[in-house]
Amino acid sequence: MTPTTERHAGESYLGGERTLRSWLTTRDHKRIGLMFLIATSLFLFVGGLFALLLRLELLAPRETLMGPMTYNRMFTAHGVVMVWLFMIPAIPSGFGNFLLPLMIGANDVAFPRLNLASFYIYVAGAVVALFGLFMGGADTGWTFYVPYSAQTATAVVPVLIGVFILGWSSIVTGVNFIATVHTMRAKGLQWMQMPLFVWAIYGTSVIQVLATPVLGLVLLLIGMEHLFDWGIFDPRRGGDPVIFQHLFWFYSHPAVYIMVLPAMGVISEVVCAFSRKNPLSYQAIVIATVGITFFGFLAWGHHMFTAGMSTFAAGSFGILSMVVAIFSAIKVFTWTGTLYQGSISLKAPLLYVLAFLFLFVFGGMTGVAVATMSLDVHWHDTYFVVAHFHFIMVGGTLTAFLAAVHYWFPKVTGRNYPETWGVAMAVLVFIGFNVTFVPQFLLGNLGMPRRYYDYPESMQWLHVISTGGSWLLGIALLTTVLYLAWSLRHGAVATDNPWHSAGFEWRTASPPPPYNFPGSPALHRGAYDYTGQEPPEGPAALP
Amino acid sequence: MIPASADLMRDVLFLPEAASRQARDIDALHFWVISATMLGALAVGLTALVFLVKYRRMGDRPRPTRFIALPVKYELAMAGLLLGLFLAWWFVGYRQMIALQRAPEGALEIYVTGKQWMWKFASADGPDTVGVLVVPAARPVRLLITARDVVHSFFVPALRVKQDAIPGRYTSLSFTIDRPGSFPVYCAEYCGLSHSRMWATLVALPPEEYQRWLEGAVPPAVGEAGGNADIAGGRLGEREAISIAQRGEQQAARYGCLACHTVDGQPHIGPTWRGLFGSERVLVTGQRLVADAAYLTQSMMRPMEDLVAGYPPVMPTYQGQMEPADVAAIVEYIKSLRHDAGRAP
Repeated sequence: MTPTTERHAGESYLGGERTLRSWLTTRDHKRIGLMFLIATSLFLFVGGLFALLLRLELLAPRETLMGPMTYNRMFTAHGVVMVWLFMIPAIPSGFGNFLLPLMIGANDVAFPRLNLASFYIYVAGAVVALFGLFMGGADTGWTFYVPYSAQTATAVVPVLIGVFILGWSSIVTGVNFIATVHTMRAKGLQWMQMPLFVWAIYGTSVIQVLATPVLGLVLLLIGMEHLFDWGIFDPRRGGDPVIFQHLFWFYSHPAVYIMVLPAMGVISEVVCAFSRKNPLSYQAIVIATVGITFFGFLAWGHHMFTAGMSTFAAGSFGILSMVVAIFSAIKVFTWTGTLYQGSISLKAPLLYVLAFLFLFVFGGMTGVAVATMSLDVHWHDTYFVVAHFHFIMVGGTLTAFLAAVHYWFPKVTGRNYPETWGVAMAVLVFIGFNVTFVPQFLLGNLGMPRRYYDYPESMQWLHVISTGGSWLLGIALLTTVLYLAWSLRHGAVATDNPWHSAGFEWRTASPPPPYNFPGSPALHRGAYDYTGQEPPEGPAALP
Repeated sequence: MIPASADLMRDVLFLPEAASRQARDIDALHFWVISATMLGALAVGLTALVFLVKYRRMGDRPRPTRFIALPVKYELAMAGLLLGLFLAWWFVGYRQMIALQRAPEGALEIYVTGKQWMWKFASADGPDTVGVLVVPAARPVRLLITARDVVHSFFVPALRVKQDAIPGRYTSLSFTIDRPGSFPVYCAEYCGLSHSRMWATLVALPPEEYQRWLEGAVPPAVGEAGGNADIAGGRLGEREAISIAQRGEQQAARYGCLACHTVDGQPHIGPTWRGLFGSERVLVTGQRLVADAAYLTQSMMRPMEDLVAGYPPVMPTYQGQMEPADVAAIVEYIKSLRHDAGRAP
């Protein structure tokens, strides 16, 4: 079979039935993955718009664009939308859905109907949460700290219910992926031969299944406290506000790894494909993935060093946080070493990986810095922490997301994006990102607390630079959307494997047919085996 | 690190001046950690860049590459080395953390209350203040911090210290400022509408000037700080450090509360204060409510609003006559008289 005959209209998952109904009732993991990608990208832009407006308000002290109430509601909306509607589902539910079955040689996930249900649960949660954010105007921040969240006059409950529902989507997808990896691997595909992206998604799924119920529990408790005035966290009624913080971070710290592990999976794939090399140590990355999954559960207390916890507890959480950082360091070391003696093709996805390496090391090391207890006392709840986690979330996860978008664009759509634009915007994202967030480290050192709509005049010029950077970042992302949208119709038609990747997902047509592989997939050659000469006709001709 | 280069680093990193020894120690660790961070990121970025150039693909035809696999033990050795570095930071940081938490002998104790959206300060022998915390320089100070409504966080960048103010709990923070000066204080934990303006000024006075402040003078530094230094109210003759509850007892005597309220459990003209806090009250309307801090405060300010059944409606209002810190002190005193007071913190 040649690639050209495979890409007849009607044979790819995009062909066949094209009605809206066929999409809305599909059980094809690729269509569901694509719907997740479109929805999460939409929310990336909603959350990004909030970020631009927040930065605009911070251009000068006091009121420039909006009053404090609007500002407080907007940073809450920015956090909720970015965390729960973009970061958490984007790579696992989007790319994970699309790629996981392809990467293990399966024709779909284990529970296709549950998969579709997960999408609708996500949509329902998003609608309820957005209703709460716009109509009720919750102003608690995405962390919902009590007693403030129980006392605020704004309507917090709809947002809590929305996030509660979103949590179910996360759990359901996690269960589905775990079952898929355990039961649906192609014949002969051993655990230690699986692509590293699959390992990353597997670890993520474990965290989603184990941690998200705790979030659900704590959201229910504060909803009840808000509605019925129960004294669960309210000290006036014998409750304890610090217990809330423990429960919240018991979910929300592992949630950081829900956002970062899949990004690491993307980096592992892209770095191997574009350097045409096996990972410097496959085992090390697997060990690090499992290590992060496990130790990620034990580090939550580092969010609370100043909340009156004992020095001993703070010290314990400090050490555990550093152990997690070590696993990330192992990965960075391995990715960098993978480039050694490669045959490197510097395309947009690899540029994003390069940006990722620099930003993630900087962000990760500042993470170790804030895990160093006495240093955190000064930095806690300042712009230093804001800059640190944006380095991880934006510099790490968003950068990896963009690498994934470019790398798998031909796989998903069957067309190429314009490489020049891709490279130019990758450079602009990197510059814009640094201009936005490096000044925020300095603001944090200066003592600028987070969630401040007003600030002393001495801090202004750093804010001005940061706001300028946010525009560069905004322009770069908007341009990216435009050229990708243009490519959907006008991009050059891609070959089945335009990057000559050895990854399993490329051993079928691009875009793949409805059930992924015509017959049983050819996975004899390893997913990172670049020692042989590339066959001229692409993957279908492989033995 | 020699002082000059420390000052240079502080300028480069936009750190405010360090006003205590602790702050300078923390800065030294800061410089070490942040330099390693920048070097690490740069090293990884540059290594990747060098590989990128050196092993770039010539032409569009990919060529086969060698299979290179580093044994896991080398990776683990690298990780071990890095962990050693991290643990060295941890060790220093942990010792500093202990130093931050430990109150030195003979520290001056000051009570800090955060409420939406102001900081209130009360000490045994000085005037109560709002928005200005006056301390002597070169003398250890211990702050006992709590909040009235929601979580706040007391943050002094110049001292590199921060401590959450949590309702229902007291947390503490110690420091010794080495020279006189004025330093900004911010609320660092989001607390609602005016969170970003919940500021105060920490004024460290030379010892002799601090003494004059205790005796009723207002030094220029305090006046310039612009808060509402409350000089008139709440003065006590005593010089020894006493708790807020003890202060409340004195204030209750001073304002005449004890003429009608007993503290031994016997009802008098008004209800007894023993066991009052947290108990359920039956109002003349038949309604029931719990006597918490809010209720007690309201009873002092608007006594006719929620009258308890069985007592004559004779209590006068203290609205505008009592300083907020005194109201808080009396509430604390009543709290200390509850039946389970010995067990709870």
